[in-house]
Parts: sequence; structure tokens; C-alpha cells
Amino acid sequence: MTKGRIRARIRRSHLYTFGCIRPSTTEEGGPNPLQLHGPGYSRTVYCNQPLIHEKKSLFYCKNNISTTKYNVLTFLPKALFEQFRRVANIYFLLAACLSASPISPFSPLSMIAPLAFVVGLSMAKEALEDSRRFLQDVKVNNRKVSVHKSNGEFVPKSWQRVMVGDVVRVEKDQFFPADLLLLSSSYEDGICYVETMNLDGETNLKVYPLDPSQILLRDSKLRNTDYVYGVVIFTGHDSKVMQNSTKSPSKRSTIEKKMDHIIYTLFTVLILISFISSIGFVVKTRFQVPKWWYLRPDNIEYQYDPKKIMLAGMSHLITALILYGYLIPISLYVSIEIVKVLQASFINQDIQMYDEETGTPADARTSNLNEELGQVDTILSDKTGTLTCNQMDFLKCSIAGTSYGVRSSEVELAAAKQMASDMEEQDMGSDLSNFPLIKGSVPQENVRRAGEIELETVITSKGDADKRPAIKGFGFEDSRLMNGNWLKDRNVDVILLFFRILSVCHTAIPEVNEETGVCTYEAESPDEGAFLVAAREFGFEFCRRTQSTVVVREKFSASGEVVEREYRILNLLDFTSKRKRMSVIVRDEEGNIILFCKGADSIIFDRLSENGKMYLEATTRHLNEYGENGLRTLALAYKRLNEQEYTEWNNEFQKARTSVGTDREAMLEEVSDLMERELILVGATAVEDKLQKGVPQCIDKLAQAGLKIWVLTGDKMETAINIGFACSLLRQGMKQICITLDSNAVTNDRLEVVKGNILNQITNASQMIKMEKDPHAAFALIIDGKTLTYALEDDMKHQFLGLAVDCASVICCRVSPKQKALVTRLVKEGTGKTTLAIGDGANDVGMIQEADIGVGISGVEGMQAVMASDFAIAQFRFLERLLVIHGHWCYKRIAQMICYFFYKNIAFGLTIFYFEAFAGFSGQSVYDDWYMILFNVVLTSLPVISLGVFEQDVPSEVCLQFPALYQQGPRNLFFDWYRILGWMGNGLYSSLIIFFLVIIIFYDQAFRINGQTADMAAVGTTMFTCIICAVNCQIALTMSHFTWIQHLFVWGSIGTWYLFLLIYGVLPPKYSKTAYQILIEVLAPAPIYWTATVLVTIACVLPYLAHISFQRCFNPMDHHIIQEIKYYKKDIEDQHMWTRESSKARQETKIGFTARVEAKIRHLKGRLQKKQSALVGVSSPTYT
Amino acid sequence: MDLDSGSSSTVGAGVQAIPGHPARRGALYQFKQQNLPACKPVLTPATVIATFLLMGLIFIPLGLVTLRTSNSVVEIVDRYDIECVPEEYRSNKLLYITDDSISKNCSRFLKVPKSMRAPIYVYYQLDNYYQNHRRYVKSRNDKQLLHGLGDNSTSTCKPLEFSGDLPIVPCGLIAWSLFNDTFKFSSGSSELKVNRKNIAWKSDRDHKFGKDVYPFNFQNGPLIGGAKLDPNTPLSDQEDLIVWMRTAALPSFRKLYGRIEEDLDADDVIVVQLMNNYNTYSFGGKKKLVLSTSSWLGGKNDFFGVASLFIGAFCMLISIVFLLLHVKNPRPYGDATYTSWNKKSSSS
Repeated sequence: MTKGRIRARIRRSHLYTFGCIRPSTTEEGGPNPLQLHGPGYSRTVYCNQPLIHEKKSLFYCKNNISTTKYNVLTFLPKALFEQFRRVANIYFLLAACLSASPISPFSPLSMIAPLAFVVGLSMAKEALEDSRRFLQDVKVNNRKVSVHKSNGEFVPKSWQRVMVGDVVRVEKDQFFPADLLLLSSSYEDGICYVETMNLDGETNLKVYPLDPSQILLRDSKLRNTDYVYGVVIFTGHDSKVMQNSTKSPSKRSTIEKKMDHIIYTLFTVLILISFISSIGFVVKTRFQVPKWWYLRPDNIEYQYDPKKIMLAGMSHLITALILYGYLIPISLYVSIEIVKVLQASFINQDIQMYDEETGTPADARTSNLNEELGQVDTILSDKTGTLTCNQMDFLKCSIAGTSYGVRSSEVELAAAKQMASDMEEQDMGSDLSNFPLIKGSVPQENVRRAGEIELETVITSKGDADKRPAIKGFGFEDSRLMNGNWLKDRNVDVILLFFRILSVCHTAIPEVNEETGVCTYEAESPDEGAFLVAAREFGFEFCRRTQSTVVVREKFSASGEVVEREYRILNLLDFTSKRKRMSVIVRDEEGNIILFCKGADSIIFDRLSENGKMYLEATTRHLNEYGENGLRTLALAYKRLNEQEYTEWNNEFQKARTSVGTDREAMLEEVSDLMERELILVGATAVEDKLQKGVPQCIDKLAQAGLKIWVLTGDKMETAINIGFACSLLRQGMKQICITLDSNAVTNDRLEVVKGNILNQITNASQMIKMEKDPHAAFALIIDGKTLTYALEDDMKHQFLGLAVDCASVICCRVSPKQKALVTRLVKEGTGKTTLAIGDGANDVGMIQEADIGVGISGVEGMQAVMASDFAIAQFRFLERLLVIHGHWCYKRIAQMICYFFYKNIAFGLTIFYFEAFAGFSGQSVYDDWYMILFNVVLTSLPVISLGVFEQDVPSEVCLQFPALYQQGPRNLFFDWYRILGWMGNGLYSSLIIFFLVIIIFYDQAFRINGQTADMAAVGTTMFTCIICAVNCQIALTMSHFTWIQHLFVWGSIGTWYLFLLIYGVLPPKYSKTAYQILIEVLAPAPIYWTATVLVTIACVLPYLAHISFQRCFNPMDHHIIQEIKYYKKDIEDQHMWTRESSKARQETKIGFTARVEAKIRHLKGRLQKKQSALVGVSSPTYT
Repeated sequence: MDLDSGSSSTVGAGVQAIPGHPARRGALYQFKQQNLPACKPVLTPATVIATFLLMGLIFIPLGLVTLRTSNSVVEIVDRYDIECVPEEYRSNKLLYITDDSISKNCSRFLKVPKSMRAPIYVYYQLDNYYQNHRRYVKSRNDKQLLHGLGDNSTSTCKPLEFSGDLPIVPCGLIAWSLFNDTFKFSSGSSELKVNRKNIAWKSDRDHKFGKDVYPFNFQNGPLIGGAKLDPNTPLSDQEDLIVWMRTAALPSFRKLYGRIEEDLDADDVIVVQLMNNYNTYSFGGKKKLVLSTSSWLGGKNDFFGVASLFIGAFCMLISIVFLLLHVKNPRPYGDATYTSWNKKSSSS
């Protein structure tokens, strides 16, 4: 609070030339309702009289919010309704209802219990998810805010009790509880700083002066301002953030959608065979049953009655539908649910996705998208908070044509290491080492391997980086400038100026830590903060700001003492994204008037005077270097003014400033422009935008896995481009296609012209890409929000998408949350591929909900993104693991599991059908009821679940080493119709083999040495034994990864069958019926039972075994070969090969670290070649 | 099939990477990190060839042995349902079988093709008889069979539930339609005794058919289906019924009738005196008498041997084809040049 008082004295409106239109005239108090009856929406609010709003006419909704889907009362009906919207569930429900009638071939319990289980489980999941939302709501609703009670007394009240008309006091760093109208703030001119990151994702603070049109929106945050008073005008669901929020849609994975088609196919098959058997039944019953006296056709129930053949046929159809229901197993849904929940818990427990700093594990919030993670094609990422930490480090500078700063940026480090290792390799080479050019013809693998090594070293070098003295925002290291050494430099004057510009030209406020006496700064942007910290470290500590002065404490003055220099701020021409520069005009203690200016290099270079270009060439070179190394650059310049010159200009400026009207801004700009000319270049700064840990590496790996990455950011274009460079989405030498609009064009031209202009740009760019011959040429598309508005319109969006898809990287800047969602939808629907959106703020919610998979960054403030997401991870870098390992595994697991599931149920279900043909289509099953119930529930469920939960084609570290394996998912190699139909065919084959082999082997002759023949129980049990053995051996062949769990489940299932048979047979005949002592007495002593089981089982798996043997041998897939390498331990014996292969195992990509390093090497080699050919005179025409 | 040693080293790396957490080893941790030691079998060419060869080597001898066993079984099958109808009734067999006044006696002469060693099993075989029809299968009451009359519900026995006010014992279609042809055998002048005991499963006799349940009101109704039962013999001793009540799986089935416990020599002629009572004429079913010896495999069963031989041969064939293809076009396993990325770069 003490600090606040100092600052409150400054009339900050003076600082902002462009921001504050009306400085001090507005009086405090609520708006006059009468004035608001303009066009559009109006709302009458009685300020400080919330009681009025309790009456009907002025009653507005309460401030409590609810984002839940259900409440206690509606849960049961609504959730049940949701459940039975699934077609499959309706079918099962019908089957369960019918099972209560006499025409059912099964007992009702066996139909109802599994359905209740499935529906119950899904509903429990819904309830759990909804309760989480409820708890989140409760937390938000119970946040406290100070509300005016009476006579200036404020009492804390929970958010939900805040009413329209209440006057609230919001403190620094608090969120606004509702949409407020600003009444006053701790600053005497009534401005406040607001961070709207939760709303639009922009991290720069916004200034809100006191003004009737300034509404402070709910969920934005008060910053740099001690407190504000505001009157509540929109509460709860009326507030903008709630109005903009959309219900989270329920998402289904591609595999699940495709599974529906399989279900439909099988359903058709089911209906078909039901009809076949009904027709068979009708024919048999009509023409033969009357003669079957042993059935007493004269006294028969309606469902068999030949005289009422239609009725009998219809009821048989229903019986058949239930009987063959094994083709569409309800247990499939149960198993998939279970498997997905277990997969999700593995994701949650992955220790390598656990963020130690915040203590947040990964969180798979919706488990039904696990396998979708393995099929992602495009990643749409937010920038701030996701890719970057939004923290800048001052790393380098160029002063008077000399570059300072020895510490390297991440990009630089990587490139250097790469070059070093490349050289080393050349030295190790043969006699040809004298001709490094010839290396060009050596397979690229060397380059790539080196690239891999280099990436690893970057990761390890992170450790060194952490040893830096921890000064936030300052990563600079160069003894020439530190500790006053610059005083010895010959360009001491220029350096001094450079530092002064850094410490004076800004809009920040210092805060002195009273204990240490060190200043910290509250700056509008993190860049500015970094400059001030740098200036402080160089010995120019900006320590005080008053209304019109800036005081800088200079440590290394000529006298060698610490002196405080005061600068009078005469004018401040602030930064806008259009101007791309800011200037201050100051009068120093000697009375000189100086203009200090910093801005984007291109802008500054255009404004240099003839004699100000002394260092232009060197600085440009440095700037290019910095840019190449992924740093954000600004150029610094100054200009000395004489008194008369200034006064003249200032008059103009004041005139413009006080003018009223729409052209005020344009006038101000024009006048400012007049002043910011004839500058003298001093140097440039290079700031590293700190990426989040591991982001470049992660992007590199994702790119190698064949994923496309789009960045959608609310930030301005330059920032976005810089980040693009930092995380290697952009690089020097990439052709940038910027699609933008003149802001004038938008206002002046007609819509068609504007659109034509954009379309033209898009078509030209597309043409350019098509004409490009160089295979290494990479394009980057950069588009801003305003242009995007037009580009996303229906008539243009496909051209835009076409262009975007051709580009290696796409960056959309200045996009609104809505546009983020629209872009996501365009990609999703336009390309038909799977999209993943990742973001951390409320502004990403739309995009997260729209994408096939939404990933939220957890562990940061504001939970909106996480609440809307399907997966929450603590760091962007965990995305690699989430996709490349878990996604890949889950995709394969689920795909194999579903295929196998259909196989086993077809194999089983069809035998029931075949038997019908031999039983007069009467609806009799050859199996005991219990066998049929246990088939899906006990005897084959655990192996298939273990396949879905534990299967690993390759270990996790191999997934990471061979990113190319990921492409098996997006290419859908494991769930295409070829494979699905193959499995179904396998099921058909197995059913035929099992049924007919067993039937014929046990036909009519004795099967025991004692002469007994096989009855229905013996045949049925033998057949069932064969099925159990066959399907379990089949799954064993499908698996490639056996831990003790799989062994236990697979072989245990077969064992369980025999155990069950034994126990069931021992039960009194009252329970076991025809299966009484079937194993002990009837089957086990018969050698033919055992040999037939082995024979049938082998015959069943034979084609599959042959198929996988031949496929692996003659047409191996990537994971086969890696499995073999691992199997033969070649990775240990021949590590060189292993690393070489893992670096090759990636998709052609033009983005990412490795691609960048490669491009640089190509470039350098090209140069080297030129040099050599010039020196030696040897031309090497083969080398290009 | 070896345990992957690499996985444990990975766990080690994981521990180093993220220090400061306790309990980073142990099975539970490995389980949670999906890093349990696992065996990862790979179908190497050697494995493939050996597996198929082994299967061939198992099934071909098995097939040969079973074929041989099957051939050693002597089986005499005699269809008698047509021949046993007197010539004058051939055109109206139904009349013949339903008319009680017509004698159902019939003699058959069976020539023994090879010598048959005791025990020789006697079966009757019915074709086109749907014992597996759902209505038929359900039409019985197990409780009644074991406990006799009680307050058991016998509704499953419909339409043969009651005789008067009392439930029929044994009720239901199966019992009602009990097979009632009888066979007497003689060879030369001597009668061949047929042992009709122990033809049913012991568990059935002991636990499914009551020792004190008597068929006191069986076949008393207006419509008589099949055989009558001796009301003074408990159900547990009515082995014909017990065998009949084990419904067959297929519409063509054999049921054990008894055992001849004497050897028969080749070219012996067996005279069968049979009572052709059972009506299969109305639905065109066949009736056959079967005499068969048995082996460890059961009765004569060539199919099993053939199937086994076929599968064995097929395995051999695959093994050889695989071997040839592999020799002709070998792929070094674990050679990374066959990966998609290498293929792509070599083709481009």
C-alpha cells in the first residue's frame, strides 16, 4: 500500500498520448440511464441501490454461475436419455425387455445385468465429471469481493451474492466478479490496468480510464492498480464471459465413429441371419413340423404352431435377434469403457508428465479420446503461456557497430554444436577430408544423426544455462560492458547514450524493494521490463518517476561516483502496433533537449539522418544475426533538438493533442511522425523471449512425427513472428507470406475491394508455392486477425486453407477467441484430419472445444481452458509424450482390441447360427446358458482388456526415438476397412472351422472307448472349449508384449474355463443340468476331446499365424523391424546404427529445430563450396 | 522368448531423470509407468519354420495313428425301417406303424465283415429326427425325474404334463417319445446276449434319475408316443430312458442300446429279431441298427484322422514355402533398410 501511494500521485494519463482521450473531466458516479437509450441494447442500473433490483421489473439474474450439465433432480432422466441416444444401447434395452418374454432364448438376468452395468458405469462417469464442474462453480461462486454496505463501509461478500447495482471494490490482482462500470481507481485520474488474458489471451495490460464506455469484464484481472471502485451492471450469466461461453460438446474419436459403421454392418448381418433362420423356421414349421409327432403338433404353443405360421415366424424373428445378439456384444462397450478408463489412469500416472514445479500430473479428463491422440494431424497452439512463459531475457546488444553479449541463444547453441560435430565427422573421414565438398554426396544420414546429437546436447546444456546468476530478465554476459568496463571503450559516448535510452525511454514504474533497495519494474510489456533490468545491471538504475521526470541513478559516471540524473519528460510518443516505435523527448540536467527512440529496426532505419547511418551496416548485420538466432530485436536511436525546433513542434503537437474529433489520432500520428525523423542510430537490442521448458525440442519431435503446427495468438504480429523463430517454426531463409491489410483500406474501401485484395494475395502466394522448384524451399504463412475475418468467409476459406496447408508453418496473430475456434473448425472440416488444440487461457476455450482434441495447460491461473479441455497437461513439452507415446499406444491398443472383439464375437455368434440350421431353426442353442453368459464376461474379457491396456508394440523410449512410428496412427494403418474386414473374415473362418470340425468329429459314432455317443451337452461343451482355446490363442498371437499380467489373463482364461467346467459339473444337477459332471465323467477321459481341441484350435489360428509370418518376412512394417532390432539386441551391439536409424525415422518436415539446422548446413556448405571452387578452381558439378 | 533386459535400464534412467521421488523402483511403480519386464516374442524365420514344421510333425503322425485306429474299428450299419415294412404296406407305411393289430416282427441278417472283439456296442440310429428342437429339449422336468411327484411345477412338460390330476412321471415330450424298437440277436443257433446295463452315464443313474421314482402313470393318455416303462422299476434303472433323455445334438444320432459281450468272427451271420414299433414313417426318418467295436478314439471316425493329416500337411507346406521364399529372397531380420523411412529415401 505504501508503494501504491507514491504511484497514485502521478497522473498517469499524462503518460499516454494516445490512450487517454478525456483526461480529467469525467465526474464520478453512475451513468444517466436516459443517455443510454441509444441504438442497441440498453440496461437501467441504479447505482448503489441493489435493493431496487430485487423487484420484478428490474430484476436481473444472480451472480452465481453454473456450468454443470445436470442437477440432482435432472440427473437421472437427463443422463438416462443421453445414454439411450446411443443406438446400441436402445438395441440392448429392447433385447433386455424381450428377454422377459417366453420367446427369449436366454434368461432375463443375463440380458439386463450387463446393460445395467454399462449404463451405470457411463452414468457414474458423467456424474463424476459433472461434480467436478460443480465444485469448480462453487469455488468461483464463493470468491470474496468487497461490496459497499453503507456510508463508505465495505464488507466482504461472496461473488454469488453480488447484485446488480452493488458498488464493489476490487483490489490489485483480483478478478472482477461481474461486468463492472469503472467508477474510480487508486490513481487520481481514474485509470486502471486490466489484464484480459482470460478473455482474449492478450497479455499486455490494457488501460481503462474513467469513461462511461469502459466496462471492466468479469474474469479479467486488475493489475498495477491498487484498487478500483465499480458498479455491478451485468451479473452471472448475463456477463460477457458467460454469454460467450459455449457448452462443451461431447466428442467422439474417429475410431469410435468408425466402430459405429462396423456395428451397423454387423447389425445388418444380424438382421440378415435372423431373417434367414426365420425363413428356415417358417419353412420347417409349416411343412415338416406337422409330421413330427414327437413334438405333438396338435397341441403346440403359438410360437411353434404351424397353423399360426405368421405369428410363429414373427416371434421366432425376435428370438433369433436375441439369440444372435452375440454378434453385437454389449460387453464391447463395457470393455472399451474399462480399457479407456485404465488407459487414462496410466496417462495420469505417467511420472514423466508430472510437473515437479507445480506438482501437477497430467489429467485425462475425458477418457473417450485416448486413441484419438494417436491420430492427430494438425496441432493448433496458443502462444502465450503455452509456448512461451511471457518472460524476456536481455541477451545481446549491438552498440556502435560492435556486438556485445557472449551468451548464446538456444538456437545459436544448437547450430554451433551441429557445425562442430559436422566438422568432426569430416575430419574423421578418409583421404577425402581435404575435400569437404564431397561430403555432399555422402548420404544425408550423417547430417541427420549429427542433428540428433546436437539436439540432445542442447537439452543437456540446459543444465549449464540454469547456473546463470538468477536475475530475472537478464541473460547478458560480456565483460566489455559489465562492471563499468565500457568506460574504457573507444565508443564510450555511444555506449552511454545506449544505456540512457534504455533507462529513460519507457513507460514503466519502479518499485523499490524496501529491504534491499533494489528496484523492480512494472512495465507494460515484458520487453520493456527486460530493458530496464538490463539498464540497472549496466549501472543505470531507473529509480524514480514523478509526474514529469525520470530519475536514473548512474553508477559509473565520469567522476566515478553514483549520481542521480534527472530527466524532464517533455513528451512521450507511445507505442502502438501500427507505429512500431516509441519515443520520449526529455530535457536533461544540462538543459539539452533530446529525443530517445526505440522501435522495430525497419521503421527506425527509414528514419535515420544521413550522418546517423554510421553504424547502419554493422547493426543490420547484427540484427540479422540476432533474428536468425531467434531473438527479438529493437533498434535504438536518438536525436538532439534545439530549443526553437522543439517549441515549434510542441505547439503543433499540443494542438493535435487537444483537438476533438475523429481525426485526432491521425493528426497526432502525423505530428509525431514529423518529430521522429533524422535520427541517429545507436545500436540494437536482442531479447530472448523465454520459451517454456523444452518447447523447441518438443516442436521438433512433433514435426518429425509428421504433425503440422499452427500458432494462433492474440499477440501482435512481430511478437508472434519472433516466437515463430524462437521455436523454429520460422527460420531465416523461409519464405514468409504475410497476408495483411492496410488498416486504411479496411475503413476506406468497399468490402468487395478488400476481399478481392486478400483473395489476390492468397492466389499469388499459392502460385508462388506451386512454381517453387527447390524441394527444400519452405514457406510460412502469417496472417492477422483482421484479414482472417475475410479469409474465413465461406467464399474464400477454401483457398485460404489450401494455401495454409501448403505452407510449412502457419501463424495467425491478433486473432480473437472466436476466430481461433473458426480456424480450428476450418482445419478440422476442410482437411478432414484430426486436430488438436492446446492452450492455457479462457481465450482458448472455443478452440479447445472445437478441436477434435482439446488440451489445456494446467497449473496456471484460470482454469477455464482446463475445464473445457479433454486432456490437461502442465507443460507444452508433455505434449510429445502424450501424443507420441500414449497416443500411439492407445490408438493401436483400441484398434486391435476392437478388431479382435469383433473377431471373437463373430467366431462365437456364427456357430450359434450354424447350429440353428441343424436344429430346425427352433431357437435352441447348443451351449449351456452359463457358457454363453460367461463367454464375454469372464472367459474372454480379461485378455482383451489386457490387450487394450497393456499392449506395447514398441517400448516408450523407442516411440520417442522413432517419431515416424507415430504416422501409423494418422494414416490409420490399424483400423482401415481392409484390416477390419480381414478380422471379420478370420472370425467367419474360425466359426466355420470350429463348428464343422467339431460337429463332424462328434457326429454320430461313439467318442469314448466305452461306446457312449455324444449328446448335445458333450458336443456343445467341446465346441465351446475349442472356441475358448482358439480365441485366446488368437489374442496371444495378436499381442507382442507379454508381461506376467497378459500371461495370467490369456492362459488364465483358458484355465478358468476348465476350472469353471469342473466346478459347474460338481454342482448338484439341479444347477448344472446337462453339464453335470461333464468334464470329469464325460469329456476328460475321452482322448478325442483333447486332441480335437488342439486340432481345431490350431486349424483356427493357422491362417492368421501364416499371415503374420509372411507379412513380417516379406512386407514388414516399421514396428516389426524395430521389434526385431530390439529382439536381436542389435541396438546394443550396433549403437551407431541405432542412433542413425532413430534420427532418420521421421517425417519430411520443414519446421523444427533439426530442419533449421539442416537448412543452415545446406547454406554453409553452399558457401563453402563456392569458396573452395574459387580457391582450388575445382568444380564439382555433381554437387548441388 | 526372453525377458527384456532393456526395460529395467530404462527405469533406471527414469529415476535419474526425476530425482527426489521416493519409491521409484518396485513392481507397482513399474506397473504404473507401463514398464514391467515383458517378454516380446518375435516371429523370426527360424521360429516360423520350426513352428509350422513342429505342427506338421505332430499332426501327420497323429492323423496316421487315428486313421489306423479308426480302421481297426469294425462297424455294421443296417437300415431296417423300409425292409421291415411288409410289402403290402410299403405304400402306406403310416398305416402299418399306427395299426397295433399288425405284427411288427421283423428279422434281419447281418454279415460280420471282420472279426469283432467284445464288447460289441449295439446302437440304434435315427435320421431326420430333431431331438434338438427347442420345444423338445425343454419338455422335461429334472426335479421330477430325481424326486418324483412333489409340488414341483411341471409346466415345462407341456403338453404332456398331466394324466388326470397328477403329473405324468416322467413328464414331457422326450420321455413320451421314448424309442421302443427292440432287438434280439442270435448267431447260428446260439442267442447273443445283449447286456443292457450300464449303457447310461453313471452320474445320470445316480444323481439325475431317482431311485424311488416309479413311472406309475406313464403312457396312460389317449395318445401313446413311444415305449412304455415298467412301473415297478425305478427310473434310475430305466437305462433306455436315461440314454434317450440325453438329447442328441444333431438330427441324425445314435444311441447306445446295449453291449454284446462275445466276440464275433468274420463272416458270421447275425440274425436280428426286431420289433419295428417306432414311428419314423410319418416324417420320413430312417432307422438303422449299428453294431460297432470301439477303440480309444471311440467308434469309427475317419474324419478326425483325415482332418489331422490335412492340417499337418498344410503346416508342412507352409513351412516349406516359407523356407523356400526365405532362401530365395532373404530379409535379414532387424535390418533397418526395410523401414518405411529408408524405403522412401531410396525410392526418391
